[in-house]
Amino acid sequence: MTTVAAKPATMAQALTRALRDAMAADPSVHVMGEDVGTLGGVFRITDGLAEEFGEDRCTDTPLAEAGILGTAVGMAMYGLRPVVEMQFDAFAYPAFEQLVSHVAKMRNRTRGRMPLPLTIRIPYGGGIGGVEHHSDSSEAYYMATPGLHVVTPATVPDAYGLLRAAIASDDPVVLLEPKRLYWSKDSWNPERPSAVEPLGRAVVRRSGRSATLITYGLSVPVCMEAAEAARAEGWDLEVVDLRSLVPFDDETVCASVRRTGRAVVVHESGGFGGPGGEIAARVTERCFHHLEAPVLRVAGFDLPYPPPMLERHHLPGVDRILDAVGRLQWEAES
Amino acid sequence: MTVMEQRGAYRPTPPPAWQPRTDPAPLLPDAEPYRVLGTGRADAADPELLRRLYAELVKGRRYNAQATALTKQGRLAVYPSSTGQEACEVAAALVLEEQDWLFPSYRDTLAVVARGVDPVETLTLLRGDWHTGYDPYEHRVAPLSTPLATQLPHAVGLAHAARLKGDDVVALAMVGDGGTSEGDFHEALNFAAVWRAPVVFFVQNNGFAISVPLAKQTAAPSLAHKAVGYGMPGRLVDGNDAAAVHEVLADAVRHARAGGGPTLVEAITYRVEAHTNADDATRYRGDAEVEIWKGHDPVALLEQELTRRGLLDDDRIAAVRQDAETMAADLRARMNQDPALDPMDLFAHVYAEPTSQLLEQREQLRAELAAEAEDEAGAGSGPGGTQR
Repeated sequence: MTTVAAKPATMAQALTRALRDAMAADPSVHVMGEDVGTLGGVFRITDGLAEEFGEDRCTDTPLAEAGILGTAVGMAMYGLRPVVEMQFDAFAYPAFEQLVSHVAKMRNRTRGRMPLPLTIRIPYGGGIGGVEHHSDSSEAYYMATPGLHVVTPATVPDAYGLLRAAIASDDPVVLLEPKRLYWSKDSWNPERPSAVEPLGRAVVRRSGRSATLITYGLSVPVCMEAAEAARAEGWDLEVVDLRSLVPFDDETVCASVRRTGRAVVVHESGGFGGPGGEIAARVTERCFHHLEAPVLRVAGFDLPYPPPMLERHHLPGVDRILDAVGRLQWEAES
Repeated sequence: MTVMEQRGAYRPTPPPAWQPRTDPAPLLPDAEPYRVLGTGRADAADPELLRRLYAELVKGRRYNAQATALTKQGRLAVYPSSTGQEACEVAAALVLEEQDWLFPSYRDTLAVVARGVDPVETLTLLRGDWHTGYDPYEHRVAPLSTPLATQLPHAVGLAHAARLKGDDVVALAMVGDGGTSEGDFHEALNFAAVWRAPVVFFVQNNGFAISVPLAKQTAAPSLAHKAVGYGMPGRLVDGNDAAAVHEVLADAVRHARAGGGPTLVEAITYRVEAHTNADDATRYRGDAEVEIWKGHDPVALLEQELTRRGLLDDDRIAAVRQDAETMAADLRARMNQDPALDPMDLFAHVYAEPTSQLLEQREQLRAELAAEAEDEAGAGSGPGGTQR
């Protein structure tokens, strides 16, 4: 076997490759959604799949999200592994009843007799200059629904790995794709990609001793940048990329916070009722005696997603993260 | 050729030459609901089929009465009765082949039983010891769906998947008149027609969505007319005429099996009982109306026909009723036993493997149960029992 060196690839390319590899490996994998066939999806993630595998395997559906997910449920009941594309975060809401009342509950309702192995891909988040309804961070809704796995990649290899693992999972998985990072590049060896298994493990992206930034998806690169900038202030920040919101990796997160004694949760989703509240509570309950300061949250404001010309004021950026780090009661150290 | 290609490529035509993509005339339902019993068609009906339908209808009527009685005894949390709708329930099950699938709503437990599922397992949802009591794959019956019309797209997806795999499978999906107002009804019919999926959509128009009459539900000429907008045939049938319902559904199943795509069947029937035992029907309808429908009873209509043709004598009626009593007695006896519950089951099937959070919560419940058992043991030891 010839060795192929790692070279730059985009997250979009890794996702496409993951779909192609999964379809080639397993004839029960079917891709379906709006514009996924001839067009290759509005973000081109399904580019070439209809051509390679035929329209029966990569299907342009009518424009109806509840119908897409509802028929995917029936296909999964019959032993297929549908991979559904929801075109945008806010366009996935019509499918919410199918997701909550059937996708998430079918295994439990039938005592494990009717599992639903299906993957729901949803591009999410802002920062792309999108007009209204194209930039939501909807992860809190999905996290609050038992029976779903909720995962989100932040790197090119993880995009491939998480999507392969999601498709291989016998449980329904909501894969939130950070659309702002679709065209981000990373050094990647596509000849030896691998799934991220098991689903549900966080990873330390950057080791540090002063405080832990707990984050995921779109906010990971922002936190990495913040950690670099923090060096000038004398802070050595650790960055934990959750990768999976459900299941939640208490072990990796708490091990980090116990080491550093300080934590800030960072995400784009609104703070009130958002993922950060749950994460801060979990960390506080488990690491209270190791904490030097309250766990803080840096989140989007509690407002409907802003129009594109104002979104930069809403999104958590480096300065807002560093401000929060600065409020972690460092004076007690001196 | 792929299934998708069989639909044919879309070729837009310039406006002056515009024509409808499908001729709507053959899709239209008849002006009157289709009837067999009491018409000239009755003589052609197969005697064996009529006898079988009769036995199932009598059993179905008895099943409804028994299940209703079980609510009064506190053995069922709730029961949505299909009394008066037995012809629809029974026919829906009987038209299907072994490999076909039934997608019932919560009012269709009789159809599920007629398909062969154990009545005790069928009533698990309504007893409340779990959400689904039967294995959906054993008799190819989807779980009873409580959210209205949401099971319809499942039927479409399953039938589509079977067709992609080259399997001979038809899905029959049941829904009520109220359910036709739901978005999922629209999306399911549209997907089914576009995919030419082998599905039969069976609407039991029983007059009411809990308290809301059909006139407040739709302005369509009939629910069957809705089919035309999707490009599939709509059929209208007298839902209390078991022979007619069976014939129309069997036609639709045959059409689907032959690759002709989906059909929408509307059966005109009547919900004789209230919505459930928790409902008070006198708040929204009068007794006179109920009495009129009782005069058009599915069991009596079929009994008259069988008697007229000399296909039913007193001995046979007695034997059929005895069968129904045996079923009811068995159901009663088994439902009167408390189900065995294991609270640990709560955590067993949320995911293929419980998450670490669920494992923690399972241990918490286990500890709570142990403490509870200890308390009870203490209380049981009399006045000397320790106080906590």
